[in-house]
Amino acid sequence: MVPPPEGVSGEGFFATKLDDVVGLARANSLWPLPFATSCCGIEFMATMASHYDLARFGSERVSFSPRQADMLMVMGTISKKMAPILRQVYEQMSEPRWVISVGACACSGGIFDTYSVLQGIDKVIPVDVYVPGCPPRPEQIVDGVMQLQALVKNESVRRRNSPEYKELLASYNL
Amino acid sequence: MALETANIQDKIAQKFGNEVRNFEMLGGIFTFEVHSDSAHNAIDFLKNDSELNFHFLTDLCAIHYPDNDTEHHYAIVYLLHNWIENTRIRVKTYLSSERLEIKTITDLFLSANWMERETYDFYGVDFKGHPQLKRILNMDEMTSFPMRKEFPMEDSGRTDKDDRFFGRTKTNSQ
Repeated sequence: MVPPPEGVSGEGFFATKLDDVVGLARANSLWPLPFATSCCGIEFMATMASHYDLARFGSERVSFSPRQADMLMVMGTISKKMAPILRQVYEQMSEPRWVISVGACACSGGIFDTYSVLQGIDKVIPVDVYVPGCPPRPEQIVDGVMQLQALVKNESVRRRNSPEYKELLASYNL
Repeated sequence: MALETANIQDKIAQKFGNEVRNFEMLGGIFTFEVHSDSAHNAIDFLKNDSELNFHFLTDLCAIHYPDNDTEHHYAIVYLLHNWIENTRIRVKTYLSSERLEIKTITDLFLSANWMERETYDFYGVDFKGHPQLKRILNMDEMTSFPMRKEFPMEDSGRTDKDDRFFGRTKTNSQ
């Protein structure tokens, strides 16, 4: 059970802020879209399986369509040839959307400092949470999801309309 | 009756005379050099001669020798295999950096199609008469040929690499 947000409770009613309720609902029903290209994807499979069980955090429904996903999890090396496809997947997701970059390759290019590999996915799409590691253990991925949950919980419902957010997307030409 | 190295050498030398030279065993594979204008004819002969019968193209690649004179800047290496006698042969031909082109062998081996595309992709060798000479592995927008020695080893887009952590500064301080 998730604890209720701060509010005023009385006989048969409970009053709180809309932001908090929406944040609570969003944070505990983040549908992941796994974009797994290499070994970090294997760690993600362990994370989704019964032992580490990401379903405990409301992410049991892995969405393989970007249109029904909230959280894009990029796991593995993204080559420059793959970058436009990743961008397209991100563009197809509806707001609100979040991105977790899992592993050294997705975060910075990792050991692949070379002509064919994108040096971090934040060169093409905005990233909310970075999970370092080569590959990160499932505990780290779960921690990354929990960090994202904290972000989502505290996000204003109006954030996606704010000029700062629009400016951020414009800086990526999205 | 096994296919003797001396036999192969005699047949090739007899047929091509001054066009071929430097017969030697290299890494257990019989190797010779052929002038780039005769490379297509030599491979045709190796494939279709009833005794030699090198009917399988194992591999085709380029090598960049930036320290050689300009006439020998690039080498194209063909590896052929006779499955019946289980004998291999290596054919080397040199190209100048001014005239980086050679006749395609896709008319002899269909498998050469992708190999020549790959060689074009990484070295920029122009295979004359190739049915579809365009990039195969790298992204189409790429303008350089990354396996040439003058191409930088590291990606210029990398932002997180600090020389101090890679032993590239004398005092380990900035």
